[in-house]
Amino acid sequence: MKKQNLLILAAVVLLTVLPLWLVPYLGIGGADGERFGGADDKAQQVIGAVAPGYQRWFEPLLVPASDEIASLLFALQAALGAGVIGYWLGCAVTRDKLRKQGEAQAQHAD
Amino acid sequence: MHIMEGFLPVDHAIGWSLASAPFVAWGVHAVRRQLQAQPEQRMLLGVAAAFAFVLSALKLPSVTGSCSHPTGVGLGALLFGPLAMVPVGFVVLLFQALLLAHGGLTTLGANVFSMAIVGPFVAAGLFRLGRRFGLSLAVCVFAAACLGDLATYLTTAIQLAWAFPDPAGGFAASLLKFGGIFAITQIPLAISEGLLTVLVVNTLTRFNAEELQGLPLFVVNGGRA
Repeated sequence: MKKQNLLILAAVVLLTVLPLWLVPYLGIGGADGERFGGADDKAQQVIGAVAPGYQRWFEPLLVPASDEIASLLFALQAALGAGVIGYWLGCAVTRDKLRKQGEAQAQHAD
Repeated sequence: MHIMEGFLPVDHAIGWSLASAPFVAWGVHAVRRQLQAQPEQRMLLGVAAAFAFVLSALKLPSVTGSCSHPTGVGLGALLFGPLAMVPVGFVVLLFQALLLAHGGLTTLGANVFSMAIVGPFVAAGLFRLGRRFGLSLAVCVFAAACLGDLATYLTTAIQLAWAFPDPAGGFAASLLKFGGIFAITQIPLAISEGLLTVLVVNTLTRFNAEELQGLPLFVVNGGRA
């Protein structure tokens, strides 16, 4: 199980890192400096091409003041989730350890 | 997969909102009933929601040279059933629409439909099907989470193609364009999401075996976790 988990982590890292090298190497995804924008923005460009007359009829109520503020909020979202997962993992591991200790002590008592 | 604020025509925006609203209400009701019956599941539901929060905040690079993010709703759909993830996905999308200008209020219905309804239902359905055919837990979890994620992005492509058919080629030509952006970009990310979901389920079966026995989808299949 532990080995499988390590392999999984390695595969996820590779899947994430390889495109960063492979895409510029193969020269896809636009010119240097234009790559790795959001897919959502690309979809917006296609809408502009397919329906040039389309007028956006509603603007976002709040727009992050800069890319830095946006990345702050995304980091906050991930941190909230990671905090909860870390709390659960800590609880689960400790509970498992205490249970094993309890069983070992019960055996000694016999 | 977020359709941006104001980028769906008014009738489509209203239509998708009407389509999603009953699922959100039904989902809230289902979660409340489940937690009343099994309060000890609160922690695991929190983990499933947290997983969706983390994964949907991570914009990862892909082979097409653009970035997108996993959804993370597959895990909860397998553990608690697809309905439980509708409110979770709704909260994530609302947070991003209000504070991040990522997605939007007018497109919330369409985005909820793809990420919080189609994704979880496809994931849970495939998981159940795979288990019925006797496939191993890891294979079923991987396939369910991975294909659920892809289904979400395909839905987004269909929604956009429906709203913006190509003047020459119509719906099909438009679907190819949007599908090329969303679905192909998503393939490596969907694989990552499938793998990460297996990782969490591995940990759950090791440390939370008792709680897993009480969960509907795992029990339907004889609890062979």
